[in-house]
Amino acid sequence: MIEALLLLTQILTITLRAGTSLIYAAVGEIYTERSGILNLGLEGMMLTGAVTAFATAFYTGSPWLGVLVAMGIGMIMAAIHAFLTVTMRANQVVSGLSITLFGTGLASFLGERLGPASNNGNLVGMVGPRFGPLEIPVLSQVPLVGALFKQDILTYLLYALVPLAVYYLYKTRNGLNLRAVGEDPQTADAMGIDVTRTRYLYTILGGMLAGFGGAHLSLAYAPGWTENITGGRGWIAIALVIFAMWDPARAVLGAILFGGINAVQFRLQASGTTIPAAYLNMLPYLMTILVLVIMTWWENLSHRIGAPAALGKAYMREEK
Amino acid sequence: MNAESSPTPILEMRGITKHFPGVMANDHADLELYPGEVLALLGENGAGKSTLMNVLVGLYRPDEGEIYVRGQRVEIHSPRDAATLGIGMVHQNFMLVPTMTVAENIILGMTDLPFAPRMDEVARRIREISQRYNLEVDPNAYIWQLSVGEQQRVEILKLLYRGAEILILDEPTAVLTPQESHELGRIIKRMTDEGKSAIFITHKMEEVMEFSQWVRVMQAGKVVAVKKTAETNPQELARLMVGREVLFRLEKDACTPGDVILELRDVSADNDKGLPALRGVSFSIHGGEILGIAGVAGNGQRELAEVVTGLRKVTQGKILINGQERTNKSPLEIIQSGVSHIPADRIGMGVVGDMAVADNIAMKGYRQPPLTEHGILHPRRILELARRMIETFRIATPSPQTHIKFLSGGNIQKAILAREIDACAGLLVAVYPSRGLDVGATEAVRRRLLEQRDAGRAVLLISEDLEELLTIADRIAVLFEGRVMGILPADTADIETLGLMMAGAHESKE
Ligand SMILES: Nc1ncnc2c1ncn2[C@@H]1O[C@H](COP(=O)(O)OP(=O)(O)OP(=O)(O)O)[C@@H](O)[C@H]1O
Ligand SMILES: [Mg+2]
Repeated sequence: MIEALLLLTQILTITLRAGTSLIYAAVGEIYTERSGILNLGLEGMMLTGAVTAFATAFYTGSPWLGVLVAMGIGMIMAAIHAFLTVTMRANQVVSGLSITLFGTGLASFLGERLGPASNNGNLVGMVGPRFGPLEIPVLSQVPLVGALFKQDILTYLLYALVPLAVYYLYKTRNGLNLRAVGEDPQTADAMGIDVTRTRYLYTILGGMLAGFGGAHLSLAYAPGWTENITGGRGWIAIALVIFAMWDPARAVLGAILFGGINAVQFRLQASGTTIPAAYLNMLPYLMTILVLVIMTWWENLSHRIGAPAALGKAYMREEK
Repeated sequence: MNAESSPTPILEMRGITKHFPGVMANDHADLELYPGEVLALLGENGAGKSTLMNVLVGLYRPDEGEIYVRGQRVEIHSPRDAATLGIGMVHQNFMLVPTMTVAENIILGMTDLPFAPRMDEVARRIREISQRYNLEVDPNAYIWQLSVGEQQRVEILKLLYRGAEILILDEPTAVLTPQESHELGRIIKRMTDEGKSAIFITHKMEEVMEFSQWVRVMQAGKVVAVKKTAETNPQELARLMVGREVLFRLEKDACTPGDVILELRDVSADNDKGLPALRGVSFSIHGGEILGIAGVAGNGQRELAEVVTGLRKVTQGKILINGQERTNKSPLEIIQSGVSHIPADRIGMGVVGDMAVADNIAMKGYRQPPLTEHGILHPRRILELARRMIETFRIATPSPQTHIKFLSGGNIQKAILAREIDACAGLLVAVYPSRGLDVGATEAVRRRLLEQRDAGRAVLLISEDLEELLTIADRIAVLFEGRVMGILPADTADIETLGLMMAGAHESKE
């Protein structure tokens, strides 16, 4: 009994840790998409964020500086996306995919060049500073709930970020204006909301959070740099946004689901099951697709199609 | 209450010029508005009225021209600037976010509110204003739940909530019932009594005469006449707008009915919410006859048009076209049995906005030769057809290749009319065909419908405009709560009786 509880608590702990980067990226993407901009560059931003965060922390010894750099890189990449899609009115899918392609390439290039000369310039295999788990006395010893209090600082930050994100979106003037821009930019414009500014702002915010998520991967979840450290989390985050019906609180649920399957799958592998590892690795992705299909099907049936109505559409004044 | 007693205009626009690709939408247009007064802005479809107003609220940048508010030269770069100056606008197409509540829509984009506004507080203030102006609407309802009339009230509440002093109303009555329009007139009066001023755009002459003190007439982007309302009359205004005499009464030959073309037997259907919208409707229309459907909006008109054109399922009863059973057939099968449709929602159902005028005109005939052969389209023949139609129907468009969304409402309607009439082989279903059209275009549309009737086709005309029904229909059926209250011959029907029937009073059958 005690043993089972301990095991469960442990799985929950890993679940949260595995879900953290996803929550950052998904909440950011929700804000971006609420303004009507689809950012498929998430994966590229997370990867570039991860490698620059680790490299910065490795050389400066400060993981915080690493997080800052990753956020900055995410913002720059998102600003490019905003420029292309909002100002130049490029196709959002094409621009996003290009950024992911570019970011993926850039990350692996940097990974092979930013390392110390002693390692042929390679970052792979280097050990640097990281955000370790900070156990909160007493609370972390409580079974199950304790899982919430054995996390690294970046995960703790989420406890404030998510409620804040929900509050901002639904309760504040800015949140209202943001939702209006994504639903109906023409009306928003006529009501005196600066559509261009709003779209730039929240696209850049989304990029910042994607970079942040990437930093969590290379500084806390799997400290160090390895090729494709995200394991497609940028894409999972985009899927989560749909699962979450563009609601930050529901994104947490989705991330926990994904993280949970990941954690269970790790446990199984560690316990030496006969199921081949490749299948177990596949599991979280498979489940994500499955849940997504069922969810969207169900939401469609119940007529709760939640995508911002103007998602993916450029807006220009003076054009009907 | 006139220019002499209050000589300084609260608003002045001078020499406003605005080009769009292929059109000069505003050509050195001037405008003056005096405090406490209503200025009616008149002009044909596409004359540039909305453009001028969009310049005023900062949505369009003028190429040239100056704006003065309360005597001060101002630069208006965005609707926010306009709001700061106390200028607010009800747009021709509603500017409301359907997935948000009334209260949320009203405070959208406002800056003088707390960072996290208390919605109950906002709702309370909205109720206060609602009561003061008699604009009943639930602040917590979602826009998509509201009728068109209620949405219009929300638009006006938006202006009042923001304390706008200069109100721009761009065809606010186009989609309202006569009662609702009357109510709006009362509210405008109320607001001008408080010292606010209004610019009022409409195509309805009675409203100009009733609501305004001044009239400005636009033609092809220019202001061609400025009149005191008291010193003019509808005939003169119509002539100034169109540049020729407009017949408010159309000549109509006697009806010579042929075979029955459309017959409905005891037809019932549900609306989108699953509630009964049509309850046992029966009537028939002969070739060479126009049957008008009168009724207050929302009494089953929309559903009636949809069941006849195959867009909505019948739950009970039969529909026969040319004597053949056509109940619950697909829209394509209905089209193939010779039915044409001029839908109420022009932009949503009538055209594809991002396609060329020519392609929109060919959208019905493209399946058959000569437009297509062996499954391959002939773009040249489509263009020829389009040129012909543009000429016969006098559609004002820069070119046949222009995306149809850039045309004015009246010209979009003419394009639909061209397509549907060209393809019509028996029955023409026309829903609010002259809604939002200027007097000239309205006359043209009505004349076309009469032509179809004289050519032996059956016309089902759904309209809110009793005047229109009395002018061109041969018989008028009144719909009330999904039932036909009676069918009257148009030459003996009078507005009084029709009005009573629209309110639910029965009338013995023919
Ligand atoms: N955003 C735009 N882009 C291109 N052309 C436009 C645009 N807006 C208006 N036009 C064109 O400018 C002209 C004036 O249009 P406007 O909408 O001002 O007419 P209007 O007088 O309001 O007509 P209506 O009575 O049909 O509303 C029309 O030829 C129209 O097609
Ligand atoms: Mg207009």
